[in-house]
Amino acid sequence: MSEENEALFSKKNIKLLTDPLNDNNPVTVQVLGICSALAITVQLKPAIVMAIAVVFVLVFSNLIVSLLRNLIPNRIRIIVQLVIVAFLVIIVDQVLKAYAFDVSKQLSVFVGLIITNCIIMGRLEAFALANKPWASILDGFGNSAGYAIILVIVAFFRELLGSGKLMGYEVLGHKAKTIVESSGVYAYGYENNGFMLLSPMALIVVGIVIWVQRSKNRKLIEA
Amino acid sequence: MNTNSNAYTFIFAIILVTVVAGLLAFTATSLKPLQDENVRNEKMQSILSTIGVEESRDNAGNVYNNYIKQELTLKSDGTIDENPTVKAFNINLKNEIKKDVAEQRFPIYIAEVNGKTTYVLPLQGTGLWDAIWGYLAIDADENTIVGCVFDHAKETPGLGAEIRETWFEEQYIGKQFLKTTGDFSANSFVSVKTVKGGSKLGDSHGVDAISGGTITSDKLSIMVEERLQRYLPYFEKN
Repeated sequence: MSEENEALFSKKNIKLLTDPLNDNNPVTVQVLGICSALAITVQLKPAIVMAIAVVFVLVFSNLIVSLLRNLIPNRIRIIVQLVIVAFLVIIVDQVLKAYAFDVSKQLSVFVGLIITNCIIMGRLEAFALANKPWASILDGFGNSAGYAIILVIVAFFRELLGSGKLMGYEVLGHKAKTIVESSGVYAYGYENNGFMLLSPMALIVVGIVIWVQRSKNRKLIEA
Repeated sequence: MNTNSNAYTFIFAIILVTVVAGLLAFTATSLKPLQDENVRNEKMQSILSTIGVEESRDNAGNVYNNYIKQELTLKSDGTIDENPTVKAFNINLKNEIKKDVAEQRFPIYIAEVNGKTTYVLPLQGTGLWDAIWGYLAIDADENTIVGCVFDHAKETPGLGAEIRETWFEEQYIGKQFLKTTGDFSANSFVSVKTVKGGSKLGDSHGVDAISGGTITSDKLSIMVEERLQRYLPYFEKN
């Protein structure tokens, strides 16, 4: 009975929310969802939209699976989970096409590929199937937020160093064809690093994030 | 309740799929008008940008009629299809190019910018992986290209996909598809081709192909040539 009366934000529940942000981050610790972290982190804006989409899909699929957890026939549970995830992803895709057409063109196939994002199926299988709805919502939110943070960090550095912009604004000044006409850092001969726009650099940035995180968080260092 | 029995599993699956299908059908239908409008506006935006009018997508629909004075549907012999049910703007070229040439209809947009007539031809073809398309704006001399937009569905990013980039598109400006202006015979028609290894300086019928994107470049040439020659009978008559 004590579990029934558990506070909404008890210590255990808070841990569900905060654990995936650092100690158990799905990208940097569990190394899941790397594929989309490479593909859509060239610019900040699509990365943020992607992150929001994943938060939406994971929170709701976790909730739905958790509500149905005692009804889902065990033998087809993976198929049922896929149907639910695919359903939510198609809704996201349709809404983006209607209300955020440009972003949806940029994200193109990657919205559809949320279905195959390992984080989502992983959480459904590992958590939602065995836990109550509220805990599942928190877990979904925590994990997708952990994914979102990494996505935004990587996109921040890639857009800044790769094209000298943030959210499409020229924060480092305007780059014209000649140095004389340029402003900001470009006036001193600074060049954007085109390499940052290519996928391998996303992996390297993720690697640096992992390195920084592990040097701060001693728990993560394996003996 | 035994959730592992076959009957239960089937019933559960059927109910789940029906509910999901219903909800999806509902979302898709209710969002369709908004999505279609986005697609329409984007098409208008592309057409406008070939004639040098850069507008945001949302605004393209509002200013479109200020520039595009006529939308015509042509038959393969260059005459105008007067059938009022055929709207040039609504023709889906993707379906059209699958038909026999004699059956196809060719939309053409006649624009007026600063008192100058410009013809805009829609393009459609196949790239390396999937469809490529675009718009070509042709000067009143019916020979010189004044602007173009290309786009693609699935060309390789960084290689073939470069066809949609400005540096590539800009090369077409000022190029001519006829050897002699006003002569629309097969001897005079050369189209504008992508040249592997770079076009020669002063070549008015060639542009630089994309390194690593040879097949897409070649297919783009084929598309431009195929589409342009369909409009020759019309240009000859006018």
